[in-house]
Amino acid sequence: MVNFGYTILPVHILDLDKADLNLAKAITFDEPSFKLCIACGSCSATCTAGTFTKFSFRQMCHHIKRGESTQAIDESEKCMLCGKCTLACPRNVNTRNIIRLVRKAKQTL
Amino acid sequence: MDLHAMHFPYHPFVLPFTIGLVFVFFYVIGKWIYWISRLGKDDRIKIFKNIFTLKTPQAVYEVFMECLIHRKVFKKNALLGYMHMSLALGWFLLIVLGNLETRYFTHGRINPPYFPIFFEFFEHDLISLNYGRFWTFTMDLLLLFILTGVGLAYFKRFKSKPLGMQKTTKHVPIDRLALTALWLIFPLRLFAEGVTAGLYDAGSFLTNPIGNLFASTLPIHYLYYPSWWAYSFALGTFFVLLPFTRYMHIPTEILLIFLRKYGIAEKDIHSTYTKVELSSCSRCGICIDACQLGSDLGIVSTQSTYFIKSLRYDKPSDLLIDSCMVCKRCDQVCPVGIDIASIRANERKELHLFDENSYKYINGYRYKSAKVAYFTGCMGHLTPSVYKATLALFDKAGVDYNFIDKDGSICCGRPLQLSGQEDAAKQLIEKNIKLIENCGATILVTSCPICAKIFNDNYNLKIPIYHHSQYLLKLAKEKKLTFNKTDIKITYHDPCELGRGLGVYDEPRELLKLAGNLIESSNSRENSLCCGGSLGITNISQEQRHTIASITLDELSANKADIVATACPLCKKTFKSASENIMIADISEIMLDSISDKSIKHNLKIENKEVIVKSSK
Amino acid sequence: MNKTVAVIGGGVAGLETSIQLEKLGYNVYLFEKNSQLGGHAEKWDRLFPSRRHASEVIDSLKNRINNVQINLATQVNDIKRENGAFLVDANGKSQKVDAIVLTTGFELFPANKKEEYGYGIFENVITSAELESMFSSNGKPQMVDGNTPTKVAFIHCVGSRDEKVNRPYCSKVCCVTAVKQAIEVKEALPSSEVYCLYMDLRMFGPGYEDLYKDAQVKGVTFIRGRLSETSELEGGRVLIKAEDTLSSKPLKISVDMVILMVGMSPLPSTEKLLKNLELEPNNDGFIQVKDYHLEPTHTKAEGVFVAGACTGPNNITDSVNAAHSAALEVHKYLTSK
Repeated sequence: MVNFGYTILPVHILDLDKADLNLAKAITFDEPSFKLCIACGSCSATCTAGTFTKFSFRQMCHHIKRGESTQAIDESEKCMLCGKCTLACPRNVNTRNIIRLVRKAKQTL
Repeated sequence: MDLHAMHFPYHPFVLPFTIGLVFVFFYVIGKWIYWISRLGKDDRIKIFKNIFTLKTPQAVYEVFMECLIHRKVFKKNALLGYMHMSLALGWFLLIVLGNLETRYFTHGRINPPYFPIFFEFFEHDLISLNYGRFWTFTMDLLLLFILTGVGLAYFKRFKSKPLGMQKTTKHVPIDRLALTALWLIFPLRLFAEGVTAGLYDAGSFLTNPIGNLFASTLPIHYLYYPSWWAYSFALGTFFVLLPFTRYMHIPTEILLIFLRKYGIAEKDIHSTYTKVELSSCSRCGICIDACQLGSDLGIVSTQSTYFIKSLRYDKPSDLLIDSCMVCKRCDQVCPVGIDIASIRANERKELHLFDENSYKYINGYRYKSAKVAYFTGCMGHLTPSVYKATLALFDKAGVDYNFIDKDGSICCGRPLQLSGQEDAAKQLIEKNIKLIENCGATILVTSCPICAKIFNDNYNLKIPIYHHSQYLLKLAKEKKLTFNKTDIKITYHDPCELGRGLGVYDEPRELLKLAGNLIESSNSRENSLCCGGSLGITNISQEQRHTIASITLDELSANKADIVATACPLCKKTFKSASENIMIADISEIMLDSISDKSIKHNLKIENKEVIVKSSK
Repeated sequence: MNKTVAVIGGGVAGLETSIQLEKLGYNVYLFEKNSQLGGHAEKWDRLFPSRRHASEVIDSLKNRINNVQINLATQVNDIKRENGAFLVDANGKSQKVDAIVLTTGFELFPANKKEEYGYGIFENVITSAELESMFSSNGKPQMVDGNTPTKVAFIHCVGSRDEKVNRPYCSKVCCVTAVKQAIEVKEALPSSEVYCLYMDLRMFGPGYEDLYKDAQVKGVTFIRGRLSETSELEGGRVLIKAEDTLSSKPLKISVDMVILMVGMSPLPSTEKLLKNLELEPNNDGFIQVKDYHLEPTHTKAEGVFVAGACTGPNNITDSVNAAHSAALEVHKYLTSK
């Protein structure tokens, strides 16, 4: 094929019709409190790892809920599992279990 | 009858017993050899080094105390202890004295193993012999002793509470079969000896009247052989089943006690020592009541006894491995002394969720330089009153300190370790060791028992490590701090990691006694309850943690103390979240509150301080 | 008509209920545990959304009371039923009444329960109520050392929407109060930097959104993220940490003063009265009304009515409306008896 120098413009949009929400479903099944986040950011604000690196538990959960699992799984390995976020969360989300489940999912991928 | 003439007394009914005994004997010896040979070189050297030392008689003594007397079970409940002792010690004495008895009557001849067991069958007229009455009386007494234990065991199936157990173990079918055989052995012996005594008017205070009763009510002529067959068959069944059931603990615990005395312990991975520990579990179920997941949350199928059983035969499910707060209360009560926490930790290591690449980002960070380094830890940043009170006391005592992680720290690694992520934990440990070493401290003080635990166990720092309660006591002893004792009533809650984890029970108490009157709750020190905040578990919800915390607080405040003192930021946060009315404070806050010199500037106020003031008047 | 009604609690709802019942011709006994009437509003400087002085409203309420038996500094200890009437025990005296209106109100969330926010630990962490008293006495906020703050942060949802302190509900009024106070700080100290750290801005009432816009115009910075922890810096300044959730990064600001927007909490002292009357609290711990939609001022107990923030977080307008409704329901109840 002759290269005319044109490509199809990548679409920068979250397409929820096509999003792969399997990880979100799996985590919700094992840890129902995954659904309860109100995106207040307490977890990521208090995060021991977040002081040193780009890691936000809240954002990670959000990525999973929007089907952007690969991004989320990569992020999850920065967590030190210290549990501070569990103490901060106003919605009693079981944060450490979610990290474990995301990390487990990485192993099976 | 001339016993000398009685060469090779034999009857076919002895076969079930004899076959069973030979089988179990060789099986157990084989297992012992297998386990010891696979222990690893270091451990075998330990055995050889220690076997001809005082440790061997010490182990023998311990075997006597634990396997026969069941001292630790007695501590839990006297009736339960008696039940175990009557079966173990009674049976043991029955065998030993039975052998002596037959030896005596055969003038020291070595007899086949079944001979003492079925002696009454082969010899009915003992009373006429020298000391015959003594021997028959002794054997009857022992049988009665055992039968009372068996009776208690029957009773325990229906009503376990008088024996100090709220819940008992749910056994697998093969265990039930062996249990049935065990429960039948001694009643059948009584029956066989009774029938024999009835026929020949023999026996002592127990078998003789029973024999007479049988003689007047039963066709004992027809029951004579069947009764001995049944007795032998029950014994044989039990012996054949023993290696495959929980009763394997009987021979294995003896080996465990010796190995443990010789300094062998759980390692980073499972070993045959683990196998010995697993087989030593009698599934007595004492750990079930100790587990707060069961008593507080009604989770009754994941306790250590089930975990161990599952690991012995197979691979435990994730649910079994994960459902544990690692509070170590079960370790504490286990009468066999199995190192359950280590076995579980090793089992959790199977899952490698994090690796060395996870924490590459921690580079170039520095802690503040310090002489006395104060490290509050992750959780401590959420309880500022704890570090503020501690540091105010340091100021008062003139300590040259620095709050090294004021601007943040990396996690100590203990939470990763608790969830089995040993490799990842090692990464954090290495990085944190460097950070702590680089700050140039000569003393490390931390407010967090979780950090203190791993600092002590895995950091190999060359400087002394203190929990703040220990360091404050040291300052008080050096007269750098003086406190005003009031008559405020304080109950101290032992955090799991500080108490059972590090064995620090006395220093916090000694310190608190300088501020007020210490009153103990019903489960204190080694038996203290977990607050529910545990980092050792991930599969319970915050609401469930809340339930555990409320129950623990109820217990802590049952003695009407004015204040519940903790020494752990995580305990404090967990309790505070569960209670509106009970006053909870860290030990440092209470000490600061009772400082004699009010000139130091602090505006810390323990919640509802008026209450304290009122009660101290 | 000689029928008597006890109104328990002399805040906005209690005052308005008393006024209406008095107008309807009843003998009203008003019990107030404090030594003055007006409840929490009495201590407030200005009210949202109009920013009129709270005293205008309270004085107006007080002035409209004529023949009500006012019992100040009187804590009601016990209520007993007797032959279709009630005996109200307070300060050792017993008063027989035909109906009861509970207007016991709320307490401000005890901010020290949220330890990581530093209230009672760091001296320049104060509550919204304390800021109001500063406005009343000085007209501007002041640090403990007497200095004027140049950077102030308002923390929303302290003791609201927080299961960690067992207050899972929204207190409704704190968002708009924070915005009002932020504007007032900006007006009093125009060169100061003012931040609001919020989770959601719940501007549901008339004029509330206008206040929000006014705050933006005046230069208040809004940060969408909940405060996670505070620590102290040199000179009593406070370092606060949150996530700026809109840029997904942790954020810290060093400020001179932190204002905690404390929510409305159920009043622990009403628990006993509820037991006396065999009433249950609702899930949030406030008094359960009979029917949230249709009978919002009835309780399950006959002859016992409720109004105001004792049934859950309320603003003054809602309390006044509830007071009208409760008075009318009492009237219907007593005339049908």
